[in-house]
Amino acid sequence: MPILEVENFTKSFGDVNVLKGIDFTLEKGEVLAIIGSSGSGKTTLLRCLNFLETPDGGRMRVNGETLFDAEEHKKLSDKEIRMRRLHFGLVFQSFNLFPQYTVLKNITLASELLENERLKGENAGREKRNRVMEGIRDHAMELLATVGLTEKAESYPCQLSGGQCQRVAIARALALSPDILCFDEPTSALDPELTGEVLRVIRGLKSSDRTMIVVTHEMAFAKGVADKVIYMADGVIEEIGTPDQVFNHPQSEKTRSFLNAGQQFQF
Amino acid sequence: MSWLYDIDWAEVWYVTVQLLNGFKMTLGLFFLTLIFSLPLGLVFSFGTMSKIKPLRYLVKGFVYIIRGTPLLLQLMIIVYLPGIAFGMPLTRWAIFGGNVSAAYFFGALAAFIINYACYFSEIYRGGIESIAKGQYEAGQVLGMTKSQIFFKVILMQVIKNILPPIANETITLVKDTALARTVSVMEILFMANEILMLKQLIWPLFYTGVFYLLFNALVTWIFGKLEAKLSYYKV
Ligand SMILES: Nc1ncnc2c1ncn2[C@@H]1O[C@H](COP(=O)(O)OP(=O)(O)OP(=O)(O)O)[C@@H](O)[C@H]1O
Ligand SMILES: [Mg+2]
Repeated sequence: MPILEVENFTKSFGDVNVLKGIDFTLEKGEVLAIIGSSGSGKTTLLRCLNFLETPDGGRMRVNGETLFDAEEHKKLSDKEIRMRRLHFGLVFQSFNLFPQYTVLKNITLASELLENERLKGENAGREKRNRVMEGIRDHAMELLATVGLTEKAESYPCQLSGGQCQRVAIARALALSPDILCFDEPTSALDPELTGEVLRVIRGLKSSDRTMIVVTHEMAFAKGVADKVIYMADGVIEEIGTPDQVFNHPQSEKTRSFLNAGQQFQF
Repeated sequence: MSWLYDIDWAEVWYVTVQLLNGFKMTLGLFFLTLIFSLPLGLVFSFGTMSKIKPLRYLVKGFVYIIRGTPLLLQLMIIVYLPGIAFGMPLTRWAIFGGNVSAAYFFGALAAFIINYACYFSEIYRGGIESIAKGQYEAGQVLGMTKSQIFFKVILMQVIKNILPPIANETITLVKDTALARTVSVMEILFMANEILMLKQLIWPLFYTGVFYLLFNALVTWIFGKLEAKLSYYKV
């Protein structure tokens, strides 16, 4: 069974149709790269998956469980939506770290709030609470090690480089162990010499139980890391397949001209 | 040092005691205004940003009127309107138990609180609207509730942003308390004026200025400390 099934997502802003029926599935452990020109709806699609936008139509299932159905969405409570969106994580182009907290606190904050809520519900004692909080800290430190920033745990975001900020943002998104981690152009806000460290971290996250969706303009990264590539144009999936299929044997004329246009800029 | 012998120390003592008495009133007005108008301003600012249109326009209109008219006018209206328009002067309200100066004090206090709450609400609104949308969205995708996002993520950034304008308003408030004199609140300038009228002494006016200067130095120092405390992060 696919971990993610998206069926016929549509979304308009006013009379602009941004998504015109998006269908795809993703298997557990797969990395999906989404490419496409500016304005084709890539960000909007990720935002729909993360419940930051509500699609006008369509359905979405994760692990077979229906998380979104346009017909029924209005009935959901805030709390229900909050719980459902935890299946997804999102790394923003502009990091959006919390400036007033240390790197470590950025990573632990959301888990602490969730666990506090849960512990209050079961009237847990102080000792249990401390144990849980310690577990959250330990997990955060492991994640910091994963992104190679152990020594920055007590730094503040304003003391980090852009690349380091983005690696913290990745650790923060991983802290809640989402089923599917989404990245929206994670290196676009970075100086060129800093993109490498972030892409390496993302590449290193690839594993059999981590499913990722990466919107990117880095074609080499999409070719080298993705298991599946989607080329989006004008709110539809113009081409979908393995990197080899999409990059080397594109079926659609649009895809070919997009890839050729890109090549002119690769020296 | 012969001029020292010319000073009438009894007079200096008398003036000092009178001014200190007035300054107690000034401080009371200052602190009570701050304590109530800072949170009330937050309520007003939520009103001006409310999704409920009638409420939003009502609060916005109110804030516009208060900010667009002189505080002096508002003081006079609040203190004299109940007596003249409804035949129920503040001084005869039961809660003041016949204490005339308390009646004037609390009347003036109400005007100050409302006026400053409106100014603070605009500062809060600017501060809240200056926070990038991405901060809210980052909280949302991490499963936080709306109130967690506001109190755990947004508020500290807003506080840092608004500290300088709040400091400005607070210093203005120190000086604005002198307006209460016009509605018979015996604050420090009222006392200085009494001395001027009764004893024909001009120097206590300068002495009064020193009170304001010293107090504002203290206020400035406290806000400087607060800003330094929050300088470890950038919004
Ligand atoms: N909140 C919004 N309100 C109105 N229009 C929007 C909104 N968000 C996106 N759009 C429009 O939707 C279209 C697709 O935007 P989107 O951000 O999804 O594109 P994208 O593929 O991510 O582009 P880019 O590569 O530039 O990031 C654009 O035309 C954009 O102007
Ligand atoms: Mg985008």
